[in-house]
Amino acid sequence: MIILFGVFLLTLLVITALAIVRSESLFAAVILTGIFSLLMAANFFLLDAADVALTEAAIGAGVSTVLFLGALALTGERERGGSTNRLLALGIVTVTTLIVIYATFDKPRLGDPDAPVQQHVGSWYLEKTPELIDIPNAVTAVLGSFRGYDTLGEVFVVFTAGIGVLFLLSARTPGRPEDFVAADEPDQGLRHYLVPRVVGRMLIPFIFLFGLYVQFHGDYGPGGGFQAGAIIAASVILYALLEGEARALRALPMRVLKWLVAGGALLYGAVGVASMLLGSNFLDYSVLASDPIAGQHIGIILIELGVGITVTGVLLCVFHAFAARGKV
Amino acid sequence: MIIDILSWVFLTAGGVFIFIGGLGALRMPNLYTRMHAASLTDTIAAVLIIGGIMLQAGLTLATIKLAAILLFLLLTSPTASNALASAAILSGVQPEEGKVERRERQG
Repeated sequence: MIILFGVFLLTLLVITALAIVRSESLFAAVILTGIFSLLMAANFFLLDAADVALTEAAIGAGVSTVLFLGALALTGERERGGSTNRLLALGIVTVTTLIVIYATFDKPRLGDPDAPVQQHVGSWYLEKTPELIDIPNAVTAVLGSFRGYDTLGEVFVVFTAGIGVLFLLSARTPGRPEDFVAADEPDQGLRHYLVPRVVGRMLIPFIFLFGLYVQFHGDYGPGGGFQAGAIIAASVILYALLEGEARALRALPMRVLKWLVAGGALLYGAVGVASMLLGSNFLDYSVLASDPIAGQHIGIILIELGVGITVTGVLLCVFHAFAARGKV
Repeated sequence: MIIDILSWVFLTAGGVFIFIGGLGALRMPNLYTRMHAASLTDTIAAVLIIGGIMLQAGLTLATIKLAAILLFLLLTSPTASNALASAAILSGVQPEEGKVERRERQG
């Protein structure tokens, strides 16, 4: 049965991908990308990867669609007919496809217990999570504690990407104050459209609350800093779309956002340094409390908080960088 | 037993409404009638399917979560339809009343 669902979803994915490639309207392509991400999220969920599915739905279908639309507002809506060499492209695609298909012959079957991935450290993590960390969601245990270095690296990647986008996009006209706020301009956002505004106002607090729930419930269920950051950023972006970007900037100025971007990564690193100062290895949370397991809990909650803060800050910075670009 | 039958009736009816909605979205002549058809999947089909799953779940935490999902769907999808329709009007897609009248006169 699950194979049937999987094949169905993957077929839809292929159709969507073809439609993205074929569509000449970039607006339609962006919407189709959102659909692609949503299908992908359903696919992840089918494979029991609820955490990844949540991330894909929040970032892929939610935030990145808005960012793509922001980029579209700066460029054209139609694809420019390129002078591409069709035969060359066709050849490359064919060769790549053949290689990928050839590679699948060596792939273990779905859920095969003898697959290399199950033979490696994965089973050890699953065995030791109840004993060493004692939280129900093994994904969070792996992500936050066992592979804390990798996650730190990911946070730095997000941080670096945010800085890169800011460097590229936030070049401002000289003399313009940083927190330029013109919230009383009449045609800001969607303020004329009563229904989306009222419903949006009703929903934003709940989206925000759900983001906090995902953030702090990551130990017990699917969720954690990455997902929560995306959801909270989405709620602020929704506010910006409804009430105008200037008002969102007044609520959360760029100054604060930059502190968030750096502060989250700093918090993560500081937890590592603190555990070093307490006489253990970098990012070994066991020493953060008298009881090693309680220490692990504290450490994971703190680093997830750092992840969430950085992701929120970076996504909002990127959004504002796009939006501010349109006005100049 | 009765609950099982009831939930399957709900789920099947929801599936039928989704099918009708999809068919309408493909076959209707213009944007507004298509939206009208597609809104079927947002409203009655969502209510029926989530209702059916709620009956299956019984009185658990899952039911409360499903109720919350239903509430959010019922709030957001009409809003999305409204935004879509007003965006269509703004970009100059008029409801094609004239076309319909002409066809009726011919027939």
